[in-house]
Amino acid sequence: MIPFSGWEMPVEYSGITKEHVAVRTAAGLFDVSHMGEFDIRGPEALDLIRHVTTNDAANLVDGQAQYSAMAYPHGTVVDDLLVYRHHAEHFMLVVNAANIEKDFEWINSHNRVDATVENVSADIALLALQGPKTIDILQPLTKVQLRDLAHYHFARGSVLNADAIVSRTGYTGEDGFELYLSANESELVWNGIFEAGASFGLVPAGLGARNTLRLEAKYLLYGNDMDGTTTLLEAGLGWIVKFEKPDFIGRDALLKQKQEGVKRRLVGFEMLGKDIARDNYPVFVHGREVGHVTSGAPSITLKKNIGLAYLPAEHASIGTTFHVAVRSKLAEARVVRTPFYKREDHQ
Amino acid sequence: MTPDDLLFTKEHEWLRIVGEAGTIGISDHAQKELGDIVYVELPKPGMKFNSGEPFGSVESVKAVSELFIPVSGEVIEINEDLGAAPEKINEDPYGAGWMIRIRLSNTDETGDLMSAEEYDEYIQEAAE
Repeated sequence: MIPFSGWEMPVEYSGITKEHVAVRTAAGLFDVSHMGEFDIRGPEALDLIRHVTTNDAANLVDGQAQYSAMAYPHGTVVDDLLVYRHHAEHFMLVVNAANIEKDFEWINSHNRVDATVENVSADIALLALQGPKTIDILQPLTKVQLRDLAHYHFARGSVLNADAIVSRTGYTGEDGFELYLSANESELVWNGIFEAGASFGLVPAGLGARNTLRLEAKYLLYGNDMDGTTTLLEAGLGWIVKFEKPDFIGRDALLKQKQEGVKRRLVGFEMLGKDIARDNYPVFVHGREVGHVTSGAPSITLKKNIGLAYLPAEHASIGTTFHVAVRSKLAEARVVRTPFYKREDHQ
Repeated sequence: MTPDDLLFTKEHEWLRIVGEAGTIGISDHAQKELGDIVYVELPKPGMKFNSGEPFGSVESVKAVSELFIPVSGEVIEINEDLGAAPEKINEDPYGAGWMIRIRLSNTDETGDLMSAEEYDEYIQEAAE
């Protein structure tokens, strides 16, 4: 167990490889209760969210969620997050565990419209059931019609008689659902899902598999792949920056960067030899150190060694080769298309 | 049970001496800590190392760890099977998961190494 922002989190249960394969082929259940949740309410709730986030929450309908981010005035990243719209005057933001306090202060310091902002992280548990067998396992436990929920939509209902927000979201690249529960009912739901899932090959999955799964799907990790020193455009997150929106924090700097072009870009790469690139290994272009690997690991699904790194924009196109310093040697890597892994659509 | 014919380093390598030859691998404790092993980098036969020098590395899904030679010697054989099946280190760390065989330069050099019993105590203390 490793301490993670005050939570004791299992890195692995039965082994990262086994858990990873189970999520890709059957199902895995993650306890990610460490994530933070903020309730934002009132007639001004939407105004506040549109001001502090870069995507446009005005595009959401009731029961819809959106991937978004908060930017600093110079366009770098405060945090990435999910915005859930319950109704026009009630939203929920889901933020990274390590950033809960920072984000809460940031939002409050920019709350010039007097929306009600409440940090409910301690009251809410979050279980993520992910993998192709998810609906088979979960549907008998809830009246929410899971097949009718589109990707990035959610419903309020109950799971095993516990009140839940049932959300078709996840961080693995598989179909799946995330269940927001009352903290004191999560153990009951966790156990009940395992009883229902045993015959479908469900396994408990830890932070280790969560990381290898999200990397294959190229979901970025705050603190590794972007942070307060990298802009949303450099990180390839321009698709969640909505310049049509007249005002949001970071807009001017990001618009300027968009017009001038980014000088570096986050790319996905694979190693050409057997060496494994790991977090923080230095990256070289033409013998010059240009940065470091932000996330690197063996891809269990693809049987290749993959990673993410920032490269100079003129040296970041698909097929370009560069080097990663793996201990004492320079190992060759090649920029590849991402995501590294994309599931076949079963629907 | 840890096999009692082995000697151990504080870095969790084991050494089995038969005459002038020594077989080297990593302990059951080490393979458990590393988790699923996916790659091992080993030296070439003929290379010589002094006691305590790194002779290779072992990589799991989540971490990389250097390998340190328990005693001075020359590599006479490496476990070629590990190239295609590094998981043997997880499955059978004291048997099929062995890594290299060396010819010891000096058979009196084992004083700093731990017996199986001492090693078991050492990892128990480290856990507390």
